[in-house]
Formats: sequence, C-alpha cells, structure tokens
Amino acid sequence: MEDKKATLVVHSGDFDKIMSAFILGNGFLSMGFSVTIFFTFWGLNALKIKGFNKAPLSRMNFFGLGRYIIKKKMKKYNVASLNDLAVNLKKLGGKIIACTMTMELMGIREEDLRTDLVDEYGTVGKYCYESKDADVALFI
Amino acid sequence: MNKTVSRTVDCISENCPMPLIKTRAAILDAEKGDVIKIIGTHPQSFEEIPMALEVLEKNILEKGQEKENWYITFEV
Repeated sequence: MEDKKATLVVHSGDFDKIMSAFILGNGFLSMGFSVTIFFTFWGLNALKIKGFNKAPLSRMNFFGLGRYIIKKKMKKYNVASLNDLAVNLKKLGGKIIACTMTMELMGIREEDLRTDLVDEYGTVGKYCYESKDADVALFI
Repeated sequence: MNKTVSRTVDCISENCPMPLIKTRAAILDAEKGDVIKIIGTHPQSFEEIPMALEVLEKNILEKGQEKENWYITFEV
C-alpha cells in the first residue's frame, strides 16, 4: 500500500468528541495510515494527568451524571475506555502534538500533560507541515 | 487450510474498535509468513477486518463461523 496519512485537530475537550478522535485515529492506524493528532485549546485538558476522568459530555452532562451513565454503559457494552484507546493509539504508532501557544493561553505547563501520550510540542506550523501530504484531515 | 496458526487473537465480546486495533497490533508484532487467527463476536468487525487486511495487502486464508464466534485467518 502506498503511504497514507491522516491528521486530526482536537479542539474540543468533550469526552465524546475526544473519544471519537481516538477511535478514528485507531481506525486509520489499523488500516495502515500514519496518524498525527494535534491537541489545542480545550482538547489539551484531555492530555492532562487524569484529564480523561474530568472531561464532560458535549451534551446532557448534567454536572457529571451524564458522563457517569455513559461510562457505565461503556462497561456494559464492552467499549474500550478513553485511556485504553489513547494507549492503543500510541502502541500502533500514532503521534500526538500539543499546541504550545494555547498551552500558554490556558496556563498549562508541559509537566501538567501526560508524557506517555505527548510526543511533540508545536504550533500551527507543525500541524500544517504534518498535513501537507495528508490524505485525510479532520477537525474535532 | 494447511498452514499452521502462529497466533490466535481473542476479541470475543469486544466492541468497536478493539478487534480492528488488536488485528493491527498483531500484524505489527508478527513476522512475514506468520499466520494469525482472529476470533470475535462483534458483527461489524467481521466485515471491517477484511477491509483492513485488503488495504494492508494481507491474504485471508479462511473465514467463517464457529458456534457463536466468527474467525478470520490470514497470512502476514
């Protein structure tokens, strides 16, 4: 197969949207694509230590009750947790870039983020450079 | 099928996207010529794993149903 590539921007910090990003990333990796995910703005919160546990649902969060119900349902239907999806993305060779400009805006330091997930730090130039030969580019 | 299975990957009761992820992980761990058997229950994965194998240019040796589980055997 010729080299295929997918790049994703994760702007949202919502549990369900981050989950979609990791599922898509894993899906592309499973099909032999290389995958780079660029986390910016609210998405950065997910990369914080215990960030996955704090991410709210985009709808019907009800101060965390919605998230609790979704997590219970995920267990019931054997759906992989956000953390498992992230760890698998890394295992399959997915690359994660954290946006340093928005880290400054949001008061997030490198030591606040999970070093097991973040590969590189950069800004828009790095994302665009990564995307110059991408077959798929998504904004979440 | 005459070839011996070198590794069996159990995806029984696992939901999307884990069977696909486990298939890819098994391919990355394998050596050329290895024969991998994936067993699962998730219906869409039975359709979609062959799609990934097509893109990855891996040859399916056998696929079918064993009781409640499906299986896909392919060569790396």
